[in-house]
Amino acid sequence: MALVDDIGASLDRSAGGIILTSLDAVIDWARGRSLWAMPMGTACCAMELIAASFSKFDFDRHGTFPRPDPRHTDVMVVAGTITRKMAPAVKRLYEQMADPKWVIAMGNCAVSGGIFYYDTYSVVRGVDEFLPVDVYIAGCPPRPEALQDAVLQLREMIKTESIAHGARRQRQLLLPTLGDVSFGERPGSGEGERG
Amino acid sequence: MKIQQLREHLCETYPELCPLFSIEFGDGVLLVECDQLYKAASDLKALGFDRLGMLTAVDRGETFEMVYRLTSRSMSAAIFLKCHVPREAPRTQSLVALWPAALWQERETYDMFGIEFEGHPDLRRILLPEDWVGFPLRKDYSDDRIVRRPDYI
Repeated sequence: MALVDDIGASLDRSAGGIILTSLDAVIDWARGRSLWAMPMGTACCAMELIAASFSKFDFDRHGTFPRPDPRHTDVMVVAGTITRKMAPAVKRLYEQMADPKWVIAMGNCAVSGGIFYYDTYSVVRGVDEFLPVDVYIAGCPPRPEALQDAVLQLREMIKTESIAHGARRQRQLLLPTLGDVSFGERPGSGEGERG
Repeated sequence: MKIQQLREHLCETYPELCPLFSIEFGDGVLLVECDQLYKAASDLKALGFDRLGMLTAVDRGETFEMVYRLTSRSMSAAIFLKCHVPREAPRTQSLVALWPAALWQERETYDMFGIEFEGHPDLRRILLPEDWVGFPLRKDYSDDRIVRRPDYI
């Protein structure tokens, strides 16, 4: 990733133009079509996530299939309720993923806490309290088709990225503003990159 | 075994337990004093209630109501054993010596209600993080992260 960014930065400084945009197109095409998933299934949404992987819905045709190791994966699918005890583990798994990485919040619990929003002592109200979420899927739980649509939306988003300024900085425009993350600064990220 | 048969059987075998017997919502309930809890439980175990199905507590305001569900495989019967623990000093006897199944469930009850079990070998939090403050299933529990449900929902 750092190598790709260096190439992008040097191209941006020197030639730019046609070479860079063509390289972007190839890299974004490759990244968007091989989004290996980190299945962070903690509740009933995980059933839909599993169903999406199997033959009826066949996630593999989009280039997405679950890997058990965060170091193999590009997109973390947070499917289910995240409790405050679980949140540091999710955060740590996210940190173990190699850049570039994306997050899909699947289901109402991962989006906002869902039915556990009120009067609950243990549930995090949405994983965007501590993770930079790219795509939100509403539903309780969402259908596998919704998850596939989220991957296609993510692919559209990846198309807008450029290696010139670093993928993360480019994506910042598309993200909502995040509050302070109480788990400390994410390693490998720029200072205050996400506000 | 029907509940009336269970009552008669209980009254024949352990007459001192008979006045404590009541029927709530179609279930047999034995309400004992908490310092008699271990004695009553071991008597019931000797009678054939050899399995502790579950145990929990209920916040009744002034007191915590301890609830133990005992089942008998030989009689195909079940009974609830209850006692009231004062809120100011929530201490009661541990049933770990009778049923090892109580180990984790008493830890959970301690975790959620703050009830201390005398004689439990390893009484510490089981579900919540160890540095948690307070006991969240008490009715008066609150912390600054809880969002209260508004009236219109």
